Amino acid sequence: MSMLHTVNKSPFERNALESCIRLAKAGSSVLLMEDGVIAAMQGTKYSQSMAEAMANISFYVLGPDLKARGLSEGNVVEGVKVVDYNGFVDLTVAHDSVQSWL
Amino acid sequence: MDNDDDQVVKKFMYMNRKAPYGTIYALESLEVVLIAAAFDQDVSLVFADDGVYQLTNSQSTDDIGMKNFSPTYSALGDYDIKKIYIEKESLDERGLTLEDLQALTYEDEDDDWAEKDSIHLVSREELAEVIDQQDVVFSF
Repeated sequence: MSMLHTVNKSPFERNALESCIRLAKAGSSVLLMEDGVIAAMQGTKYSQSMAEAMANISFYVLGPDLKARGLSEGNVVEGVKVVDYNGFVDLTVAHDSVQSWL
Repeated sequence: MDNDDDQVVKKFMYMNRKAPYGTIYALESLEVVLIAAAFDQDVSLVFADDGVYQLTNSQSTDDIGMKNFSPTYSALGDYDIKKIYIEKESLDERGLTLEDLQALTYEDEDDDWAEKDSIHLVSREELAEVIDQQDVVFSF
């Protein structure tokens, strides 16, 4: 059993990502989307906790939402995989269930 | 800015603290600012917290099916809005610098229409001072 968690809020504004990381089981995946993509970037005050969480959780970020905000795919925290909408669908299919952290 | 003697000019500040596209706040603020610009008041804009993402370079919204409104900020100078404050600490926390943001300028009518920078990079302390001087602060 593995779960896909989606986070669509900026870590600077809500604690959705923090709660998600705290409660997601090892081996599950997190997809960052909408304002949540901000957490994927290098050099923010959350980059370190992202890097640490990646020991147990796979992180993905939705490319179209990065591009919309002028954020470069080349600047994401190492290990975070950039996916498009098709990749989102693939992730949904590959996991048993999806949990949205609002 | 010319005003009749009996006209009261108030200091209006628009405080932008949210990233664009995830919520409607950024676009709504921009629209209100452009409408309010017609009233010849003393207008300033602040970009702090996630609001700094509103001004990032090279936004491209083709793949999310929303209008990219970031080019509109460059029109602010033509509306005589030339006080744009960006909080430095907000940039620092996000690993951003002014280089990551679009340049915003205005033409100074008192200086042979020389093109000047509208953006003022301010510290948290300096921003607190500017906020304190306002008559009205609109929060977005």
